[in-house]
Amino acid sequence: MARAAVLGRLTWQLAEVVDTTDETATVRTLFLDVPAWPGHLAGQHVDVRLTADDGYQAERSYSIATPPGEAPAITVQRLEDGEVSPYLVDEVRPGDRFELRGPIGGYFVWDYSQGGPLLLVAGGSGIVPLMSMLRHRAASSDPVPTRLVYSARTLEDVIYRDEVMALARESEGVQLVLTLTRSTPPGWSGHTGRVGADLLRETDWPEEQRPLSYVCGPTSFVEAVASGLVALGHAPERIRTERFGGA
Amino acid sequence: MNFISRGFRGRRRDDAPAGRVPPGQYLTDDFPVLSAGPTPHTPLDQWSFTITGEGIEPARWSWDEFRALRSEPVTVDIHCVTKWSKLDTTWEGVSVDTLLEAIEHDARYVLAFSDGGYTTNLPIEDVTDGKAWVAFAYGGEPLEPEHGGPARLLVPHLYFWKSAKWVRGLNLRDDDEPGFWESNGYHMYGDPWREQRYWGD
Repeated sequence: MARAAVLGRLTWQLAEVVDTTDETATVRTLFLDVPAWPGHLAGQHVDVRLTADDGYQAERSYSIATPPGEAPAITVQRLEDGEVSPYLVDEVRPGDRFELRGPIGGYFVWDYSQGGPLLLVAGGSGIVPLMSMLRHRAASSDPVPTRLVYSARTLEDVIYRDEVMALARESEGVQLVLTLTRSTPPGWSGHTGRVGADLLRETDWPEEQRPLSYVCGPTSFVEAVASGLVALGHAPERIRTERFGGA
Repeated sequence: MNFISRGFRGRRRDDAPAGRVPPGQYLTDDFPVLSAGPTPHTPLDQWSFTITGEGIEPARWSWDEFRALRSEPVTVDIHCVTKWSKLDTTWEGVSVDTLLEAIEHDARYVLAFSDGGYTTNLPIEDVTDGKAWVAFAYGGEPLEPEHGGPARLLVPHLYFWKSAKWVRGLNLRDDDEPGFWESNGYHMYGDPWREQRYWGD
């Protein structure tokens, strides 16, 4: 297979945690040193494999948060019923190592050569691969017009909050539409409730400037948003989705 | 030699029957969804299933004709490349053998095609001899759109992306044309027991 030869085999290698950042009470970013990292595209993910001392193994996939050109970092949300995520969020510390392979995925990716406008719609930790795209976009010389529609339960649950807010303030061309679904801080004047038809219509571009859309979040969120965009007349082939599920 | 992750114990599931969970997979009781784009909703009166191929007479079934074919209950374990496995899932479907019964061909591969432009490639021997179905019911109910309804391919011995959702037909071929995920980094064959997830596995 010619393609496989070009991409190379995805072998397991040891990643070392060099730094960690607590993003929210349940979400942590792990900055990794992967000696033979081949580089990645915005939107790709890695597989992580943990091995217990009796040989028991568990594998999970995590989206890459950093933009192309930087070392990979993964942002992990601790799931109540999780097996791997509690370890990565609560237990791992700088200097620890685990097995990893990647980058993986060739469809839910965005490179600025693909142009825009760009509509990014995130539900909860679905922001992670979209953040890689936002960071990639910010680093380009001619950033495409971009809207980020981000649904979080509360303001405290907004991952990368300072950076997202700063992007919306400083970087021309990023419009942030934040909606809070569970509770709002006093004086909140932004959107509330789930991303529905009204919010999508309100934040849409005129028909002749229809964006390339990336939607990432829990299954029900992605189903609702993708169907909503199709109902507004977006071409299905311009809507790329990634759904989070499992523990 | 695997690297031991300091302090990792994991949560072994005692109810995981030996020999039924492939390497790197974990059991789930949910039915997670993975799709590349929006869920298509093709009305049944516009739905058809087609078998095409070079040098063969195309065969086509409307929904009613398809549902009039002999179908069978299927109970199988399924394994998604995103790492979840689900045991003893129950389906109702038409065997691909039944669909191919009246078709003279010597194809070596099939490319399944779906609403939304999704395709996936399989060797012919992996969809014949009772190994694959076009399933229209799950758990005794009509198959929901987000899980591939009205009908999806069911090829349980391969990673579940090979079980194309919203399937509309099979293209019989001599060559192994990469499908959608196969063109986007995923393995051409996808045997979960050999952990053939990605190119080069």
